[in-house]
Amino acid sequence: MSDIASRVKAIIVDKLGVDESEVTPEASFTNDLGADSLDTVELIMEFEKEFNIAIPDDQAENIGTVGDAVAYIEENAK
Amino acid sequence: MELKRVVVTGLGVITPIGNSVETYWNNLIKGVSGAGPITRFDATNFKTKFACEVKDFDPTDYLDRKEVRKMDLFAQYAMAAAEQAIQDSGLNLEELDPDEAGVIWGAGIGGIITFMDEVKAYVEGNGIPRFSPFFIPKMISDIAAGHISMKYGFRGPNYATVSACASSSHAIADAFNHIRMGKAKVFITGGSEAAINEAGVGGFNSMQAMSTFNEDPARASRPFDKERDGFVIGEGGGSLILEEYEHAVARGAKIYCEVAGAGMTADAYHLTAPHPEGLGAAKVMESAMKDGDIDLKDVDYINVHGTSTPRGDIAEVLAIIKVFGDHAYEMNISATKSMTGHLLGAAGAIESIASILAIRNGIVPPTINHSTPDPEVDSKLNLTFNEAQERKVRVALSNTFGFGGHNACVAFKAIE
Repeated sequence: MSDIASRVKAIIVDKLGVDESEVTPEASFTNDLGADSLDTVELIMEFEKEFNIAIPDDQAENIGTVGDAVAYIEENAK
Repeated sequence: MELKRVVVTGLGVITPIGNSVETYWNNLIKGVSGAGPITRFDATNFKTKFACEVKDFDPTDYLDRKEVRKMDLFAQYAMAAAEQAIQDSGLNLEELDPDEAGVIWGAGIGGIITFMDEVKAYVEGNGIPRFSPFFIPKMISDIAAGHISMKYGFRGPNYATVSACASSSHAIADAFNHIRMGKAKVFITGGSEAAINEAGVGGFNSMQAMSTFNEDPARASRPFDKERDGFVIGEGGGSLILEEYEHAVARGAKIYCEVAGAGMTADAYHLTAPHPEGLGAAKVMESAMKDGDIDLKDVDYINVHGTSTPRGDIAEVLAIIKVFGDHAYEMNISATKSMTGHLLGAAGAIESIASILAIRNGIVPPTINHSTPDPEVDSKLNLTFNEAQERKVRVALSNTFGFGGHNACVAFKAIE
């Protein structure tokens, strides 16, 4: 697993209180990991903080799964 | 309309002297102080360096880790106290009509810890707003009532009462009135507060309201003592299950006592100072007794607001003498804040519980830390100094007064 993927996973485990094994690339934050709309906002903010990036709202809307988040961050993190 | 009778069928507490009703009560009658040096933050530069903190509280005893993160400490105390009370009541939630069950919860301040942490992070940041989406729903003082309703599925009346240090008494009074009027059968009520942080302590310090007796924290809260120099901040929560009498009897519930009456008044006098003759305090006790059709000679115990401030204690004593006349000298009076400190918006809840347990157990908890009589306090009053006293308590009043001049008094009486 890439460094980014493992850091993303750690944030998700911490914020959503889920088991590491549930955090697969296909897992959807809302459908599989029990996140509500506020949790999702918080996750995006945590990614921004951790990777020192800004994720615009229209981009954030497209980040629905763990894999989406990792891909976006790999592309945009400096 | 015939008013329904209302009884207390469950209790729960998180306090500086115990995180269960049993421990709380045992420490109350033993005269244990909950005060000690502040551990929550570095208080070196603060005028007051001690508080009555809750000890050994683990929110995950009551909530899962994810829920804990979304709640300010005041709401965590609320969830813990409410869960204890529900367990104690033996209510079967499956059999309860959720539309007949409500939650009214008092908090004088709300999530001040969350508020300070979030604002501090913003101010110390780079100017980009990164407020947590949970900032507002952690901070707002109504949120505890919301969380409790979600946990137990109670869909009846649901809101918070905010009247500073009278908040949870107003909550109890409102829940009582709703049941009386037939609007619901069961309420989870009470209040919680968690304001021991830099903003809470610093703010109250600036008002000159808090004791600065740093040399001996456990002796700092000393209501009615000549040397008293202000209140000691506390934290925690208290919860009561109020239930319509017939409903409680029908399910064979354990009944602690009856809620007999409630009064609410205002001093209409000053932002923080009490009326010097205790006008609003006198009226609120009269109002509670009138509401409950209580003969003043049946009042055996008053759990006073008694915060250990120089002016407040005197005004309350004058009010008691004015209202009760000679009977004032026959009753027991005590200020349990001498042990718990002042739980602000949760004070009314934990002190109502002390009053209820005094009725149930026939023991009046003491006003500890008394050593120097104050000539302004009538020495003929029985202020239950230093030692608990055995006494049959038929009716107990719990007084609370809040900054802003809000007064609330709840009357509890032994079940007949």
